Formats: sequence, structure tokens, C-alpha cells
Amino acid sequence: MTTIGVLALQGAVREHIRSVEECGVKAIEIKRMEQLDEIDGIILPGGESTTMRRLIDSYGFFTALQEFGKKGKPVFGTCAGLILMASEIDGQEHAHLGLMDMKVARNAFGRQVASFEAELSIKHVAEDFNAVFIRAPYILELGPEAEPLATYNDRIVAAQQGHYLCTAFHPELTEDNRVIQHFVDMVKNSTKTLAS
Amino acid sequence: MTNRGTERVKRGMAEMQKGGVIMDVVNAEQAKIAEAAGAVAVMALERVPSDIRAAGGVARMADPTITEEVMNAVSIPVMAKARIGHIVEARVLEAMGVDYIDESEVLTPADDVYHLNKSDFTVPFVCGCRNLGEAARRIGEGASMLRTKGEPGTGNIVEAVRHMRQVQSEIRKVTGMSRDEVMTYAKEIGAPFELLLQIREEGRLPVVNFAAGGIATPSDAALMMELGADGVFVGSGIFKSDNPEKFARSIVEATTHYKDYKLIAELSKDLGTAMKGIEMSTLSASDRMQDRSE
Repeated sequence: MTTIGVLALQGAVREHIRSVEECGVKAIEIKRMEQLDEIDGIILPGGESTTMRRLIDSYGFFTALQEFGKKGKPVFGTCAGLILMASEIDGQEHAHLGLMDMKVARNAFGRQVASFEAELSIKHVAEDFNAVFIRAPYILELGPEAEPLATYNDRIVAAQQGHYLCTAFHPELTEDNRVIQHFVDMVKNSTKTLAS
Repeated sequence: MTNRGTERVKRGMAEMQKGGVIMDVVNAEQAKIAEAAGAVAVMALERVPSDIRAAGGVARMADPTITEEVMNAVSIPVMAKARIGHIVEARVLEAMGVDYIDESEVLTPADDVYHLNKSDFTVPFVCGCRNLGEAARRIGEGASMLRTKGEPGTGNIVEAVRHMRQVQSEIRKVTGMSRDEVMTYAKEIGAPFELLLQIREEGRLPVVNFAAGGIATPSDAALMMELGADGVFVGSGIFKSDNPEKFARSIVEATTHYKDYKLIAELSKDLGTAMKGIEMSTLSASDRMQDRSE
């Protein structure tokens, strides 16, 4: 059975587990790097990227997550997860996992009082998706292999590069599972491809 | 159509803090130490609770200079405290762009009857609670996050444990009730009926509930997670210890891996002295911050 892990070092883990289960596949919390062998795809949830990075470093997750991606297994980052996946972060010397060829800006829409909900059109996924942005980042530049999936006020807020997917907003905070379903489909397809 | 300050956006902000540690800081230097240690947010204060306790007198919102200094020093969210019922302190903090306001019993209450109507604000609020009645009333007023009151500035975990157990036990109780029993229970504990029905349906509070008030060691933080806390606030515990950097890092890791006891043993080694605590029976009624509101 297809199993999707949610990195459970900090952040909105429970919501992602619920969404994945509602899409009919198994979801497990990942707290130790050995568990990566048990899953077909992983979600890097929203939370605080600085906190997650420190915990990623403490328990050997850094190279393990990069290798997980290199094997062709799908990775989906939401909000802080998007920041972890970027190859460049505006105003910072070092990026984190560098899985996707993109430059991102943290807290790019402002502080919490500027956090918002808005309806988005997301390519391949939905015309009318209610997206929840919380101290959200956005994508400043996207490499040639990546495809922008959604914009808000001309800012890129969702993108896909092969088996990597990211959103600046939180699909797990609504009952609408279409974005998560898109990722679940990516994982199912990759399991078939990787097996053949 | 863009909507700011919605219930989902305000509660969602607290959801993102889950499994994390929020640390009290009084200046930019401490804020940076907290951020580097992996704090998910900092609480900007003029004094930590144990110093507020020692100083006595009326405790108010911090000087905005300190709050701004902290906001400029870190990229993680910054919280700040307003006095209970002090509409203007809360509006001032909101205007400054603080990410979360703690309507806190650590400060001297400005209104001994009414809490803030937090639904009116764009900024989200966290409030303290000792039981399900208090928790439900605060949610009814618009709080987007809860925390146990514990007994702040004591370094003694016993009250936070009492409050977390009390809330969890009352949630379990309401979950097993019939609809007619819920109405009477709502009357008894002074909780909004509709909210209790929702809690009964879902088996949990509609907002996150952190532990606060007396957490002084990595084991204390892990204990609160074990008892069902969504995360922890550490006030005086970190910067009143011998080695704040190490203490802060250890508390963060113990909170994430709260069931990994071997790891907690490692994290607890050579930490130096934790803050000196206070035994509850030595506190007079007027020293008990948790009783300042209900």
C-alpha cells in the first residue's frame, strides 16, 4: 500500500496526516531518519523553518532527505517546507535542502496581521482553491525545469519540478483535499515508475 | 477576494507552532539565542515572570522599544503580553505588528470583570486556562490559542500539570455525555453550550493548547507533551538557568522527542543548575497569578 510520511519534527503534522488519510492512503509521522525507508513520498509541513532546520541537523536528516529526493521519491513542502526545499533564500547566505531550483523570500507577505485567505487557480489541480497563507513565503525566481502552478498578485505561490511539489499556502488547513490528492497521485505514479 | 484576520488564519498560525517551544526574552541578544536554539517564537517582555514576581507592584505591557528591538532581531514570530481586559495595550501591540498577543495573568489585570473581545482584532490571541470552563470562555471571546496558566515564574511544574490534566479530563468527560447532559454541564462550568457540543463531537479543543507556567527542565517540557500539550512556553526557565544556550537547545529537542527517554537523559546531562524554584505552599493568595482571572 502507498505510504506517505509527514516530517514530524515540528509544525502542522496532524492536519497533513488527516488530509493524506482522507485521500485513501496510509500516512505516518516521521521522527527518525530510518523511517524514510518505509515511505513512498514525504511531506515537509508548515511550521518554523529555522526550528525544523535545527532539528533536521540534529538527527542526520539532512543528507537522508536529499537522498530520498534523489531516488526519485516525491517530496511536497508547504510554507516552511517550501523554504526548506529551495536552492536559494533571499537575504540569507545558505539555503537548506536545495531540492528545487528556486529563490524564495521568507515572510514575504508581511507579519501575522497580514496573513490571509484567498481563492486561487492552481494549474492541473483546481480553478477555485481557497488558499490559507500564514506569514507565508513566495517564490521570487524559478529555474527552467520548474513549472509555476499558481500565482497571487503576480507572485508565484505554488510550483512543481518533476517529483517535487511546493506551495506557499496551507492546503492541509481546509477540508479541500485537491492539492494533497495531486501529491498522492504523484506518489502513486512514482511508485509504479520506480518499480518498473 | 482577500480576507485577513479570519478565524482560520488566526488559529492556523498557532497550528504552525505545534511541537515547538516559545521562549520569554527581554532583549535582542536573548531573542537571537532563542532563535538559534530552535524556538518557534519568542515572547518579548520587559521582565521574565520570576522578576515580575520579585519586583512586585503593577506589571504592564512592555516598553515598545524592547518589543521593537526583539521584532527587528529575529525572523521567527514575536508575541507580546497585554494586561487582561486592556483594550488599548492590545491595540498598541497590534498596531506595532506583533504576531500574537498573550492576554496574560502574569501582568496585573486592567479589568477584573471582562476579558478582551478578541474576535474584534486582526491579530490572534493566546490566553491562559486552568479548566475547560475557562478554556471555552476564552475561545468564546475569540482566543485562537490556549495555554495552561500554571504558576508563572516559580520553576515549579505542579500547577501546569494540574491544569493540563484538568482540561484533558473534562474533555474526556464531555465526550461521553448525551446532549441533555451537555447543557447542564455548560451551566455548571460556565462554558458556551455550542462550543461544548463541538468539543464533544471532535474529542478535542478547536484550538491548540500549550503548556505554560513553571517549566524548568527538558523533562518538564517532555512531561507536558506526554500529558497532551501541543507545545510549551518557557518563561523564566531558560534565561534564569546557568547555561541558557544549552538549556534552550535541550528543551527544544526534548519537546520534539518527548517519548525518547534515552535522548532526554543525554539532553539533561551537565546542564548546570536549573532556576531555583518556589514551593506552592510558600505562596500567599495574593502571590498566585493564576487566580487573577477566571
